[in-house]
Amino acid sequence: MPSGPISRVNDFVVRFANVNGSGSASANEMFARAIMRMGVPVSPRNIFPSNIQGLPTWYEVRVTEDGHLGARGGVDFMVAMNPQTFDKDVAAIEPGGYLLYDSTKPLPASKFRDDITVIGVPLTAITNREYSDPRQRQLFKNIIYLGALSALLDMDVPAIEKLIGEQYRGKDKLIGPNVHALHLGRDWALQNLKCPLPIRVQKADKVGDRIFIEGNSAAALGAVYGGATVCAWYPITPSSSLADAFTRHCAKLRVDADGKAKYAIIQAEDELSSIGMVIGAGWNGARAFTATSGPGISLMQEFLGLAYFAEIPGVVFNVQRAGPSTGMPTRTQQCDIISCAYASHGDTKHVLLFPEDPAEAFDFGAMSFDLADRLQTPIFVMLDLDIGMNHRLCRPLAWDDSRAYDRGKVMTAAELEAGKEFGRYLDVHGDGIPYRTYPGTHPTKGSFFTRGTSRDRYAKYTEEAGPYVDNMQRLLRKFETAKDLVPRPLIANSGKSTRYGVIYFGSTSPAMDEAIGMLEGRGHALDRMRVRAFPFHSSVTSFIADHDFVFVVEQNRDAQLRSLIVNECGIDPVRLVPILHYDGTPITARFIAGAIGEHLDKFKIAPKRKVAS
Amino acid sequence: MTYIAKPKFHHPGLPKNALGYTHRDYEGTISTLCAGCGHDSITAAIIEACFELSIEPHRVAKISGIGCSSKTPTYFLGNSHGFNSVHGRMPSVLTGANLANRDLIYLGVSGDGDSASIGLGQFAHVLRRGVNMTYIVENNGVYGLTKGQFSATADRGSKSKRGVVNTDNSIDLVAMALQLGATFVARSFSGDKAQLVPIIKAAIEHDGAAFLDVISPCVAFNNHAGSTKSFDYVREHNEAVNRLDVIPARAPITVDYAEGSLQIVEQHDGSRLALRKIGADYDIHDRTAALGFLQRHSAKGQIVTGVLFIDGEPVDLHASLRTVDRPLNSLTEADLCPGSAALETINASLR
Repeated sequence: MPSGPISRVNDFVVRFANVNGSGSASANEMFARAIMRMGVPVSPRNIFPSNIQGLPTWYEVRVTEDGHLGARGGVDFMVAMNPQTFDKDVAAIEPGGYLLYDSTKPLPASKFRDDITVIGVPLTAITNREYSDPRQRQLFKNIIYLGALSALLDMDVPAIEKLIGEQYRGKDKLIGPNVHALHLGRDWALQNLKCPLPIRVQKADKVGDRIFIEGNSAAALGAVYGGATVCAWYPITPSSSLADAFTRHCAKLRVDADGKAKYAIIQAEDELSSIGMVIGAGWNGARAFTATSGPGISLMQEFLGLAYFAEIPGVVFNVQRAGPSTGMPTRTQQCDIISCAYASHGDTKHVLLFPEDPAEAFDFGAMSFDLADRLQTPIFVMLDLDIGMNHRLCRPLAWDDSRAYDRGKVMTAAELEAGKEFGRYLDVHGDGIPYRTYPGTHPTKGSFFTRGTSRDRYAKYTEEAGPYVDNMQRLLRKFETAKDLVPRPLIANSGKSTRYGVIYFGSTSPAMDEAIGMLEGRGHALDRMRVRAFPFHSSVTSFIADHDFVFVVEQNRDAQLRSLIVNECGIDPVRLVPILHYDGTPITARFIAGAIGEHLDKFKIAPKRKVAS
Repeated sequence: MTYIAKPKFHHPGLPKNALGYTHRDYEGTISTLCAGCGHDSITAAIIEACFELSIEPHRVAKISGIGCSSKTPTYFLGNSHGFNSVHGRMPSVLTGANLANRDLIYLGVSGDGDSASIGLGQFAHVLRRGVNMTYIVENNGVYGLTKGQFSATADRGSKSKRGVVNTDNSIDLVAMALQLGATFVARSFSGDKAQLVPIIKAAIEHDGAAFLDVISPCVAFNNHAGSTKSFDYVREHNEAVNRLDVIPARAPITVDYAEGSLQIVEQHDGSRLALRKIGADYDIHDRTAALGFLQRHSAKGQIVTGVLFIDGEPVDLHASLRTVDRPLNSLTEADLCPGSAALETINASLR
């Protein structure tokens, strides 16, 4: 164990312990952004309760020049602003770590630890001396501790001042007082404390052209770029900010010269209604989506079966949270894999996309509308709270202006008029995908009746065995077609030959990348496959075949992705070793490396030996 | 749900409407409902109304839930797209469809189980939002497809075919529609085609949320003594407040009635309704009075029929959302995609 204070530059974790509703969020976010502006990558995370005011909330910033954007685990520097959680917060600090607290009211020595550096700043006293309005006192206190931190951690002050200017652009009256508060804290620290600490920030150039964005906002932008015109949703954490972001983006990007909206957004009465609206709009030729989370998916089951069977395009953004039931509504998990893949009664299968970060949430968000139209079926974009509700550093969003929307097989009035044969459920090309017509296309040709009941290739109602089986088989063919349309898995082979592989997906990505380095440090080589969609591409089966054992890393209790692989690829379950993290916190590299390393160590220390004779 | 093909041929002398269509062009497949079902009369009334209004059949989208009533869209407007969706969820599907293309005519067909029980929530919210549609409930007070259970519109004290007395209070969808802000509210009776056809026409012409409750006796399970939704009972207790003639825009008014008994109601699209008032002093534009009138008569066991309320200036959902005039489903990349330059600006703001 290291003795003495932690001494590290550009590689540590700061956690702010606050009270929900105290206005700390903007000061904390400014802290993270200021470090990013110094060219040092950061990875912030909100840890918050299902509540609006008065409960504990934390904001954690991992400062990581090496660019490890997954959660690390452990806290090196605690800014303890919440008396309610003070004891636990102090206990959470790594040995040799730092504690910043409000020393206005003296605390007994028993409240602290010997193995950490305790930094008392009389925040309340400084604030009360300067401000009389209670709300101002509360808000500026946050900026004052930001000022103190800037001195302690050697942060770039002009960068923070610039951020304050950007934050209050349009409310310019607030800029001066905020800068003043910043310096109140900073000056106090410079005069009374030894600054900087051995743990500090230093300018670097590791951010590049990357952007800092929440996954929900990026996914919503994807919907704008992907041509979504109808959004129907029902408020549910952690997905509500996706619909909010779509509303915001559309107000800027989708209003015509007359001030009219090229979009329609409905806050529905429940999730049944929101998916119903999506299906109605999709049936009628608009690109439509909903944003929801696990409980919403449960409510949508019947409609999802209809959309599968009647073959209606639509997009569902599922920002996953910890279940079952209400579960932990503000904690992250990847726990709706099975409930989405097989949503609804009867034999159903759905297309799922697994973005790893906001940039992919944008890409997949836009792509999902092409896939929905091409495959005429619901497409699930599987985000989670960790990606959706946290700012994440990622590559800039990109769009190719020559890209045209793929509206899929839609028969036009001209084609109908020319006598082209139309059967709504007729497999013309052998890919399982039939033609459809939009309602109102032609006076006498191309109309059909959409239903959730069985029908023949010409959409005529039937309960006969032959046509029913024929249709169900065609739906399977369509699902096969989907395998080559969805994003393929990405493979990263270890430079060394290895008998072991690992499969992971979604928000696990940055922690996995970091864990590989840790494992290599312990002498373990692993080939990696990041699965990006369901149905699985054939390379998933071959990757597993190429390795003796494949670890499947996921953030749920029941190894849902592993079950899906076993079920869909016909894999012997023994070959797939589950690595499961499901306590509601984001998975960490330490956890993955620990869990996989333990298995690999066992393989290593117990090699087959010849029995000595 | 039809096994028998319907012959296309018809008498050459059949009357044609302004578009040159006969009423046969507004028919669908042969009904598979029970002989004498009230729903078939409503189907016939819809066909007649669309024929008389000279609507292009393919410009109608007919959307339904699940149940006997929801099966009927196959029996009319065979050249329209139809959507037999999920039980109780027609309103959300219709709302989405309407958002996608504001240029079509939306006909929502539902039943009392579909709208008053499983779909009560969606019934309420689609009316609140003012979706431009004609929402018809084919109301028989009973679950037909599952063989005769009470529905939520069955009156308290009425008797099922098996002799069970209903002890639950009934839901009056018309009263709810008035309260929820529907801008056209009417009730009719499937056995009174002369009243029903003009009401359907007026509802289709209405540019807003039109709700129409049609009492439609179930001959198989709810047409016995003790039922309050039987043909006999409805005929005996029908209290019509008005009779209606629909006068298309620009056509001269030819109806001729005694002074004071005729009210001309102009609709937003220019069409006019000539109301022959039966109930004295009934004001078709007074929502509150309509509710009181309805409840007073209901207390006396009377079933009020006719057009009960019309809002002369309805605001539909598209107006509330200020959507563009072009149907959203016709917008292309050029209209919808902000392009790479805009994305660069966004990227720059995120650093």
